[in-house]
Amino acid sequence: MLDFVQQLVSGVALGCVYGLIALGFVLVYKATEVVNFAQGDLMMLGGFFAFTFIGMMGLNYWVGFAGAVAAMALFGMLAERLVVRPILGYPQFSIIMATIGLGYFLRSIAGMIWGTDDLKIETPFSQGVLRIGSLVLAYDKLSVIAATMILCTLLYLFFNKTTLGTAMRASSENMLAAYYMGIPVKRVVSIVWAISAAVATCAGVLLAPITFIHSNVGLVLGLKAFPAAVLGGFGSIPGAVVGGVMIGVIESMAGFYLPEGWKDVAPYLVLLAVLLLKPEGLFGRHVRKKV
Amino acid sequence: MRFLFKTDYEDDIKLFPHSGYVISYGVLLALLLIAPFVLSSYVMSQLVFVCIYATVGVALLILTGFTGQASLGHAAFLAIGAYTAAYLQRYNVPFPVYFLAAGILTGIIGAMVGFPALRLTGIYLVIATISFALIVEEILARWESVTNGNEGMRVKTLSLLGVTVPRDSPTFYFLCLSVLVLTIVGTLNLLRSPTGRAFVAIRDSETAARSMGVNVALYKVKSFAISAAITGFSGVLFAHKLSFISPEMFTLQLSIEFIIVILIGGTFSLHGAVLGAIFIVMIDPFLTYLKDDMPGTIAGIAATFGAGPATAGNIQSSVAAFASLNGLKGAIYGIVIVLFVLFEPLGLYGRWLKIKLFFQLFPLYKRATFKRQKIYVKSERNR
Repeated sequence: MLDFVQQLVSGVALGCVYGLIALGFVLVYKATEVVNFAQGDLMMLGGFFAFTFIGMMGLNYWVGFAGAVAAMALFGMLAERLVVRPILGYPQFSIIMATIGLGYFLRSIAGMIWGTDDLKIETPFSQGVLRIGSLVLAYDKLSVIAATMILCTLLYLFFNKTTLGTAMRASSENMLAAYYMGIPVKRVVSIVWAISAAVATCAGVLLAPITFIHSNVGLVLGLKAFPAAVLGGFGSIPGAVVGGVMIGVIESMAGFYLPEGWKDVAPYLVLLAVLLLKPEGLFGRHVRKKV
Repeated sequence: MRFLFKTDYEDDIKLFPHSGYVISYGVLLALLLIAPFVLSSYVMSQLVFVCIYATVGVALLILTGFTGQASLGHAAFLAIGAYTAAYLQRYNVPFPVYFLAAGILTGIIGAMVGFPALRLTGIYLVIATISFALIVEEILARWESVTNGNEGMRVKTLSLLGVTVPRDSPTFYFLCLSVLVLTIVGTLNLLRSPTGRAFVAIRDSETAARSMGVNVALYKVKSFAISAAITGFSGVLFAHKLSFISPEMFTLQLSIEFIIVILIGGTFSLHGAVLGAIFIVMIDPFLTYLKDDMPGTIAGIAATFGAGPATAGNIQSSVAAFASLNGLKGAIYGIVIVLFVLFEPLGLYGRWLKIKLFFQLFPLYKRATFKRQKIYVKSERNR
């Protein structure tokens, strides 16, 4: 039983990271109907920025964190301007390919700049554990869970209570109609990319103590975040986090209770099963086109 | 220029629209047939890879280009073909039998992937195929009694009708070439048959295709099965060419390379698959050139423009340092994909068509001929 709870908590913590990356997918998809295959690589880049600020320049953890988030928000806008905006409005396949290409590029460039070693960021949560009875919970995992909850609440409020959030939802429904209603669609899209890059950076920095940062971390975790986003139904913010937690828990349980090898496959098996039963994900809206 | 007046339906579906096609492709085929007696063995080896990649590219074109079902799982089909061949070889099964068996097995698995994929569109399909590929990769690594796990499997030399065909012999090249040509001709015939036109109808609008009486589910599964089977066949050749296979050869990276093949070549024509395959295979020799010869060449150019020996040396060493950077290949892939999607969405073949049309219509060429339409209203979410 104790093992179970222990696995559950570490699964939830890992799942929160998946959920955060999936959140980035969902934000971009919700606003622009673009699936950003480079999301994991944005996370990786954010982690490297944070490492540069904190580990190499010796800044305070929080200052470095904020700096990395700001830098990545700018980078997200830049990527949107250069890669996505020219092909906005074309079929999804082009955009998927463009973001795959962007991810490839970022991965190689990061490998060139920061090398291929595993890097580690010292965080205030790196040491120390919380003991409840005989249950041992590491602070770094708890910090991930807490940060995910805070970020989700903020994003939920942002999308549902602010004008900008409403504008984003409008432009996701129908870009042309939103444009005619006076919404500056282009600016909205670049803000969405900034936010999603910032969220990805948070994931990267929070993850740094758990899995080290290296240039392939984006690909590995991005591929896990996809099932998370799909399970939740692409386009639902709470869905992304719930999906992420599910994937994390499934993975950690499969790693503990099932023979070796199941750990990596279990999330995808669950994903395929869910897609078979409910093709639009667990929280997805079912929309039918009228002809 | 030549005007093609199509007066009846037969004109529209001809395999060769006019005699020019027969002549130019005949010349090309003749050149390819005498190639092994002229070119070096290194170039021949690259040509074999071009044939294999182009065959997979054609298979992927049937699925992605013509039926509109994006797949990032073709490395898995290739792996299934390759492993079937390697496994059956242990029991001394003759080549024609395991060649066919690999194709048929891969086709059946493709159909099995196609069934769940019926309900999925766009991004969900891409993710489902990625999941399939990752699961297959894991199975290959774990099912040690059949696949030897991560240690990989040796593939014996191909023997056809009692004659051994080494992997660098001209006969092996002819085998790969004939598979490619058969695939291309078969696909051309498929595309002008009712099945092929049903595929294109599904790509253009599933709803419209269904309302015209096309059995969408049946044709989607067919498309998956055909595409997978062709990929399985090329998997056998791939295994023989490499003579050693292991699970880490068939990663997502390879699937993406296949997508790059059709993306760079152009997703609307079979020429595209061949051009894209040439591009993908050329990248490695290009990188070698960049590493070995390019620094010297650039330093030489700098020296002729009046740079001192010290500066030229600096330039040479910095170019060499750049060329030997880790991951340059990935960066080139990334840049090339992005640039093609942004500036040449029709691919290399599209560029060729544009140049051809420019000269045909010389003073009257309109720039907007190939302009794509943006669609801001139509949402792919509402299907």
